[in-house]
Amino acid sequence: MNGFNVLKRSKFLQSKKNPFFIRPTRFIRVQKNIMSISNNRLSKEQYAENFSDIHPPFETHNAALVEANRCLFCYDAPCIKSCPTGINVPKFIKQIVSDNIKGSAHTIFLSNIMGAGCSKVCPVEKLCEGSCVFNLMDEPPIPIAKLQRYSTEKAMQQKWQLFERKKSVSKKVAVVGAGPAGLSCAHVLSREGIDVTIYEKESKGGGLMTYGIAAYKVTPEFCEDEVNYILSLGGIEIKYNQELGKNISLADLKKKYDAVFLGIGVGLARQLDIPGEELEGVEDAIQFIYNLRSKGFPAIPVGDKVAVIGMGMTAIDAATQAKRLGAKEVTMLYRRTQEEMPCTQHELDIAMLDGCKIIWLAAPKELKGVNNKVNEIICTVMKLGEPDASGRRSPVETGETFSLAVDMVIKAAGQMPFEQLIIDNGIMDNKGKIIINDSATNIKGVFAGGDAVNGGKEVVDAVQAGKDGAAAILEFLQNK
Amino acid sequence: MANINSNFLGIKSPNPFWLASAPPTDKKYNVLRAFEAGWGGVVWKTLGSQVKNVSSRYSAVDYGGQRVMGFNNIELISDRPLEINLKEIAECVKLFPDRAMIVSLMADNDKNSWHELIKKVEDTGAHGFELNFGCPHGMTERGMGAAVGQDPDIACMVVEWVMEKATIPVITKLTPNVHSVVPTGRSVVKAGTNALSLINTIQSVTGVDLDTLVPNPYVAGKSVFGGYCGPAVKPIALKMLTTIAQDELTKKVPISGIGGIETWKDAVEFMLLGASNVQVCTAAMKHGFRIVEDMIEGLNNWMDEKSFATLDDFIGKSVPTITHWEELDINYHHIAKINQDKCIHCGLCFIACEDTSHQSIKLEYGKPYNKYTIIDEECVGCNLCKLVCPVDDCITMEEHRVAPEYLNWVEFQKRGLPLNDH
Repeated sequence: MNGFNVLKRSKFLQSKKNPFFIRPTRFIRVQKNIMSISNNRLSKEQYAENFSDIHPPFETHNAALVEANRCLFCYDAPCIKSCPTGINVPKFIKQIVSDNIKGSAHTIFLSNIMGAGCSKVCPVEKLCEGSCVFNLMDEPPIPIAKLQRYSTEKAMQQKWQLFERKKSVSKKVAVVGAGPAGLSCAHVLSREGIDVTIYEKESKGGGLMTYGIAAYKVTPEFCEDEVNYILSLGGIEIKYNQELGKNISLADLKKKYDAVFLGIGVGLARQLDIPGEELEGVEDAIQFIYNLRSKGFPAIPVGDKVAVIGMGMTAIDAATQAKRLGAKEVTMLYRRTQEEMPCTQHELDIAMLDGCKIIWLAAPKELKGVNNKVNEIICTVMKLGEPDASGRRSPVETGETFSLAVDMVIKAAGQMPFEQLIIDNGIMDNKGKIIINDSATNIKGVFAGGDAVNGGKEVVDAVQAGKDGAAAILEFLQNK
Repeated sequence: MANINSNFLGIKSPNPFWLASAPPTDKKYNVLRAFEAGWGGVVWKTLGSQVKNVSSRYSAVDYGGQRVMGFNNIELISDRPLEINLKEIAECVKLFPDRAMIVSLMADNDKNSWHELIKKVEDTGAHGFELNFGCPHGMTERGMGAAVGQDPDIACMVVEWVMEKATIPVITKLTPNVHSVVPTGRSVVKAGTNALSLINTIQSVTGVDLDTLVPNPYVAGKSVFGGYCGPAVKPIALKMLTTIAQDELTKKVPISGIGGIETWKDAVEFMLLGASNVQVCTAAMKHGFRIVEDMIEGLNNWMDEKSFATLDDFIGKSVPTITHWEELDINYHHIAKINQDKCIHCGLCFIACEDTSHQSIKLEYGKPYNKYTIIDEECVGCNLCKLVCPVDDCITMEEHRVAPEYLNWVEFQKRGLPLNDH
């Protein structure tokens, strides 16, 4: 079920042309209190439909084969080079063709232990599939992600143990954070016989995969299965609800372990620093998605008129999910234009098909409210000026403003690293991002990777950073 | 519109497309459907001694996601009572008098059996016979089928028996399960056969089931060698056809071409190499009789484009272009050229040349797209890169003659010219 159908369906349901149309009571209630934040807006079936898998898998082996057979088996393939983890894509696809699904899954996991999750969340249109040579023939690229999902899901379902852990070498490594970077690092280390303990501040593993991505891309159940599959190798213990700086300290970890890997990610939502930010109904996107993924859909309140600030992947995930939770109107505000947006066109399409409105060149200036509840957002109209450090043309105020009536504002203007925590531990940083040299921080025996270092990239980048960290740690332990 | 009427030994048909002797032609129901679909003629499934068939009977080779690149069968000749076959043949001839009706025969190995069978079949009004000397399974164990075709003397003897009795044209079908089809071909032409047809199926094992460990097709835990056919055998058939079309003796009789024909293009290739008409089986078994529609239209369009008014205008036209290796022009040289505007950077040309040929392609690394160019001095013009390139006309072979004059190997040696130094 895609967003487009959801939209069409809801319009149809509300139209008098629908012979089965019965106006649901909740719409009457909504009509009475024109603006309100409320939860439990939809039926169980509607939630299930709105949050069903946006990229359905191949239903049959034959369907997978048709696409797998199209793959040209390129030499030094562009898709491999466009994958941050360097998955040998042509090889795993040919292994589907040769009925060696086990080998196919092994090829994927060897480069990317979160290959199953990545097949659902990677922005493949700008990575492997975006570079597929079929694009150069104006033909649809090979559906690499879908094929990757085919092999990896089978491996997970069948619980194939594709890796063997070497005999313990009696070395211990602590990994902080059970997100993609930490899990990837832990898996490589454990394969080499290292005993790994992961400290995770949440009660589940997976990091942003579990807590920060739209539910129609990966379900919480899938994320749990994926973590369990990774752990099934053995040699990795996760201690949950253990937060660095609260329950554990870096000094302790350094004492107890031969090395430490920090995969702590980023977490703090960037604030808008505008008046009215403290009003009720103003929420961080990350918090919104976190709640949605951990508390269940009916528990999550959304407004009738929601404004989402930002145009990154998280902004899209927040906007589309607000709509899918039953918000009547979702407007995305971005201070630049489509040219500069951080999300991919594919993601923007999802939002637009879900019926989200987009206003380009709009920067929030002030939030106003009544009874401490937000009811209006005032935006400055921007224009594009000179290119900034990122090479993108920077937005400049025009002086004009406009105002939107809202009852909920979701801020998705980026996330910030845990700067204070990093400084407190004496780790060298650049605006809160950990500085590394071949995965090593300035503290001997302490390594880092993933969002905490790069400020927030894709899951697949974090997986690679975890591999790099593991390689550096193995070398460090050998020379210790 | 070109004229695609065919005249094979005086047997006329509205087009040169016949259905080969096989399951599609074993009874009236199928044959009438074939004629309704537009087939020019049929060779009725082989009649002869009494047999019983088994199940299963067929197996296939799939390739690159496509089904039935090659096909094999272990079915024997017609297992229906002779009288029913004869009655139905007569009915088909009456209902479609403009189509060719050839009947395939394989009698027991004695003169009387052949004579009796010939007499009975001629009474149906059929237009010709095809002698099945090719069936490679089952019948061979009884000294029939390929067992006859593999021995020029026995084949000669049987053809002589047939020619004593037959009053309608006789085509002898050759087996490919020999080192060369020419000896038997010559032998049966000497014995008086009016025409030849080839090839019959090739003995084969299509594969082994990796669960049961029993090869295909499976019959109660066992298998036997089956007769291989379908698109996979076409190149072998074309080669054998050419040897018959080039031999001084066998080229005197018309040839009906068989072996993996699926489209009008395949048919034209067989006819260019000497076949007067063609017979089809596997393609029809895969797709049904409707494939003949495009065969007719495609042949017509091609003939119009090439200004061939009748089939005879192009039958055999390519036969003289296949020569002996020693007569090839050594001074002819061509070099691959990669059109960079069309290149999709798949690297297939590079890895094929680098690993298995002459290291004639230069790779310049790029992210994500590499650049590939031909090193002219190293290229021997083998075609491999062009063959593996997935883009039409991206790699072309450009002529760069070594010298203007024709030079063959014999002359090359005579002059003591130098060999390659790499």
